[in-house]
Amino acid sequence: MLPSFELLEPHSLDEALKMLATSEATPLAGGTNLLPDLRAHGRAGRRFISLAALDQLRGVEHKGNRVIMGGSTTLNDILRDPLMPKAAPSLVSMAKVFAGTMIRNAATIAGNICYGSPSADAIPPLLSVDAEVTLTSAAGERTLPLDSFLLGYKKTAHQPDELLKTVAWTIPAADSANLFYKLGRRRGDAITVVGVAVTVVIESGSCSKARIALGSVAPTVFRAKEAENILIGGPLTAATIDQAALTAAQASRPIDDIRASAEYRRHAVHMLVRRLLTQAWQTSGAKQHD
Amino acid sequence: MTDKKTGMAREKLVNIHVNGTACEITVPAWRTLLEVLRELGHVEVKCGCEKGDCGACAVLLDGEVVDSCLTLAWNADRRSVMTVQGLGGPGKAHPLQTAFIEHGGAQCGYCTPGMILAAKALLDDIPNPSLDDIKRGLSGNLCRCTGYTRIFSAIRAAAQALRQEGGTS
Repeated sequence: MLPSFELLEPHSLDEALKMLATSEATPLAGGTNLLPDLRAHGRAGRRFISLAALDQLRGVEHKGNRVIMGGSTTLNDILRDPLMPKAAPSLVSMAKVFAGTMIRNAATIAGNICYGSPSADAIPPLLSVDAEVTLTSAAGERTLPLDSFLLGYKKTAHQPDELLKTVAWTIPAADSANLFYKLGRRRGDAITVVGVAVTVVIESGSCSKARIALGSVAPTVFRAKEAENILIGGPLTAATIDQAALTAAQASRPIDDIRASAEYRRHAVHMLVRRLLTQAWQTSGAKQHD
Repeated sequence: MTDKKTGMAREKLVNIHVNGTACEITVPAWRTLLEVLRELGHVEVKCGCEKGDCGACAVLLDGEVVDSCLTLAWNADRRSVMTVQGLGGPGKAHPLQTAFIEHGGAQCGYCTPGMILAAKALLDDIPNPSLDDIKRGLSGNLCRCTGYTRIFSAIRAAAQALRQEGGTS
């Protein structure tokens, strides 16, 4: 049984923000992290604010080349959105292997981001498209790059009186590829051993922009920026790709745990980044010859 | 019951439609839908891991498959729940239930209620699923007996039977 708690049930965003400003309470969305944590080692007497009735936080808006996703959008909502395969291919690949069906129906994008886990599957794809997060509170709104929102192990810039209102990004350019791969012990219902998302933008046969985002190999999901820079300004040759992949592996700070050793994880980063960059170069190159 | 310090309701009367029958029950906020359903006598809903890994407790909530161990009873207030019993039973078995029997999709049976409801949600979305679709549909359900093969073939057979029936599951 869960330890006892109080649950506030606001009916509007304003009401929820007022509650967050005036009482010490934690937002409760899908509960797929929070409730198991509470059951495993939580104390009684906490206070939560249910976001279940706040429909305005859920859903995806496509505005020209911008995508604005409400914080309460579920992982399955991402799979049901017909425009998402173009708007963020890596995010769709990720959602297909995110936990299991029932979790995808409950877990929200804001929950996955704000929990700040190093193995949060939604974060590498969102970093690979330069997503921004908008946080709202009774005092006002602020928008910051997701990259600077992540501060450390289960540590984010989220303040106790804030809700993550939206995640937004610009659809990748036409001559680009945006890929994700999750290495796990099994395909479904698994916690990620290594998660990789890459974006490669090609202009006149040369790489003009690259993103490499890595999950489960450091205290927080992070971008391997030094590796990204190696790719800029020329065609992606096998040697350049391997050098970038090796640099990404060296930037990783994995740990040994029940799922894999640090050494295996670092090796997997090298191999997976190399594989995804090669695929990205080939697919975006193929698009140019259309 | 109201908390004297905060003035907040500690318990609430919730009204849940279970398999078409209205059930009223007074529960505190921390009770799960799984606990409430079993207290109401719906022991066909199984309790497995209680952390959203195994899917044994899966039910349909307004037609969407959820882990009832991670759903608060308060969140099911004024909503419809379907358990495997609501899908069908002896004498009026649903094609999924018939196919699980015919294909040997159940051994110990503990995962079966959740498996069948996850499969039902899948076939409601995708009437003619590929093997990959089926695997993804069941990605939150663990079975430690069958090795899944017979479950997959049962679902393919049920999908075909349902399509021949005219598509409504």
